[in-house]
Amino acid sequence: MGVDEVGAGGSHAPALRVTAKETVAEGVVALELAHPDGARLPDWTPGAHIDLILPGGLTRQYSLCGDRWDAYRYRVGVLREPDGRGGSAYVHDRLRVGDSVGVGGPRNNFPLVPSDNYLFIAGGIGITPLMPMLHQADLLGAEWSLVYGGRHRGSMAFLGELARYGDRVHVVPEDERGRPDLDTWLGEPRDDVRVYCCGPPGLLDAVDTACATWPAPALRTERFTARQQESQVRDAPFEVVLARRGTTVTVTPGVSVLDAVRTAHVDVLSSCMRGTCGTCATGVLDGVVDHRDSLLTDDERAAGDCMFPCVSRSRGDRLVLDL
Amino acid sequence: MTETLSPTAARSGAPVPVIDTDPFGRQQLEDPFPLEVALREAGPLVYLSAHDIYAMARYEHVYAGLRDWQSFQSGAGVGLSNFRIRKPWRQLSAVVEADPPQHDAPRRVLADLLGPRAQRRLRTEWTAVAEEMVDGLLAARAGAGVEFDAVSMLAKAYPLRVFPDALGIPEAGRENLLPFSDFLLNAFGPRNDLVAASAPRARELSEWVSAHCEREALAEGGFGAQIWSAADRGEITVQQAPQVVRSLFAAGVNTTVHALAAVLHALATHPEQWQRLRAEPGLARVAFDEAVRWASPVQTFFRTATGDTRVGDAVVPDGAKVLMFLGAANRDPRRWADPDVFDVSRDPSGHLGFGFGIHQCVGQNIARLEAECLLTALAERVAAIEIAGPPRRRLNNTLRSWDSVPVRVWPA
Ligand code: HEM
Ligand code: FES
Repeated sequence: MGVDEVGAGGSHAPALRVTAKETVAEGVVALELAHPDGARLPDWTPGAHIDLILPGGLTRQYSLCGDRWDAYRYRVGVLREPDGRGGSAYVHDRLRVGDSVGVGGPRNNFPLVPSDNYLFIAGGIGITPLMPMLHQADLLGAEWSLVYGGRHRGSMAFLGELARYGDRVHVVPEDERGRPDLDTWLGEPRDDVRVYCCGPPGLLDAVDTACATWPAPALRTERFTARQQESQVRDAPFEVVLARRGTTVTVTPGVSVLDAVRTAHVDVLSSCMRGTCGTCATGVLDGVVDHRDSLLTDDERAAGDCMFPCVSRSRGDRLVLDL
Repeated sequence: MTETLSPTAARSGAPVPVIDTDPFGRQQLEDPFPLEVALREAGPLVYLSAHDIYAMARYEHVYAGLRDWQSFQSGAGVGLSNFRIRKPWRQLSAVVEADPPQHDAPRRVLADLLGPRAQRRLRTEWTAVAEEMVDGLLAARAGAGVEFDAVSMLAKAYPLRVFPDALGIPEAGRENLLPFSDFLLNAFGPRNDLVAASAPRARELSEWVSAHCEREALAEGGFGAQIWSAADRGEITVQQAPQVVRSLFAAGVNTTVHALAAVLHALATHPEQWQRLRAEPGLARVAFDEAVRWASPVQTFFRTATGDTRVGDAVVPDGAKVLMFLGAANRDPRRWADPDVFDVSRDPSGHLGFGFGIHQCVGQNIARLEAECLLTALAERVAAIEIAGPPRRRLNNTLRSWDSVPVRVWPA
């Protein structure tokens, strides 16, 4: 009774516990994450990702591929990347059940729009954001099919789970059947079908080309590689200057900017405490924000003049806020 | 805090206290506080025999219940009628009465539309309108005390000007907005005399609103037109577009009117709080949220249990309607120090006046912007405000609202 939701207590980037780690295909592990106190996790929608914040402040984004009706567990699938930037190697080689890991988000840049008809196209690890979409399309009684390409069966995650969808799912291992013939799968342009594609750049480009004559709203893609840029999270304290009052507070790791500001007896209204409701919006006069909310668009993030201090932080030594 | 049990286990739940008072009775609507105290004291979960429903009134449980959309759904209606077992007799809201996954797309479109960008765009204009409106009222008799009805001259006049403009609907017919929403919010309760009183015009009002949810009726650049653009981009379906526009007709004006009435009434009855606000106009947003906590203009909403669900030691049976008392939670002494005191120096963060969880008010920052513009304009211009005559309540099954709050103000 009464265990608080992540974030509601005001801490930023809560540490979740790895409760299961399983190899689900060659070079792919699925991690299950839960709150150490068994609390609810923030809600999410299909297509959403979370940031895993690994030791040293390295962050990587992974699509949620579990069941949103289970509010207590997140699942992500992690491919070991051979050209080995630190994130995936750490998850594969070092991270163990029982370890804690910082989590940011969830945030969704790849939402499932309503339709009576979907065509899902996955390449390799690109299956992860599509997994909850398939479930949802099924729940809604939509017509849908999935084309899932990969190098060979052993390298393709979640084939077992996908089996329950029967012949809606077309598994196309390259060593058996070559690459999927996209033109055949896509057929004639239709304005009542939504095409969702996630996978390697080559696949996305091919789908872009094949859909060139489709009406604009039809195609939705997620460029995994583009948004999986690793970035460094600051793990040292920083200063927040409250410009209207001329005071400065220090924000240490593990304390939110909002809580730090409140220690200076400055009232900043808040509500959700996890970057979704917009109540704590605060003007930024100087400094570079590490945005963790799910409200601002990428452009608004880049503009850097507004932040949500319940979750967002600083990249540099100093932020100047309009408070 | 809630967990789903099998039907057999459910029977082992602790006995649920029974209260037979009708929360929608005239006396309760006039003065909800005695019942709210009784509900909170009775336990985390109470059975209300008058309507065969369950209720939660303690902050902890209302908060947790509102977040737990998996166990407490909105899709069977957020009013008393249970549309899981009864055929809907009214049109369900495509937003507030939709569960995931249907809820996702309309919610996302509205959150984007009403988010930080819109607030930045509207602030300058809404500030100017507020200043002009307050100046107009004060000009009537500069120097002396000025008397007017704060509900009709400010709480109604201001949102009825800025919101329909932002929505993009014509001047003609705006007088239908409040009666339409009054009817909808009454209809979440039982079919009592309040529903009967607003029923005769219901069809006509609903048709007026429907006509103004169509693309052709909505001015370019407004919220309504932007919802249609979202449909053109495929973010919602073309069938959903008018329903999403409709949600703004239903939820966007009446709520704000009565929240503004609440904050004006609170400030007029607490002169020392007015002076605090005057000294620090930056408190306008906090003062508004404190009034939303203290007065809870939206008092209640229903949920429906999706399975046998534990609340405290008791169990809500599958399919039962559960009345969430936002107002009672906002004055729960377990959560708030001196909950019955209106105090702009407290931090009202975390109040449930806008709901919580996936259905939490998507327009809350629009409401706050309206309040901030109006209260700031007043604080800069009005030295003192007091009640000039007996305020009159307006009863509604969901809203706690004022019909009239006569005030006297002294220009600064
Ligand atoms: C102070 C004024 C307001 C109050 C007290 C208020 C209160 C609420 C509450 C309590 C809910 C949750 C209902 C539930 O959980 O079942 C809600 C939802 C909603 N409100 Fe507000 N509201 C206000 C202003 C507004 C405004 C200005 C707009 C539009 C611009 C708006 C649009 C909505 C919508 C569309 C929903 C449904 C959200 C969803 O289901 O996802 N509200 N409001
Ligand atoms: S409190 Fe909701 S966004 Fe910060």
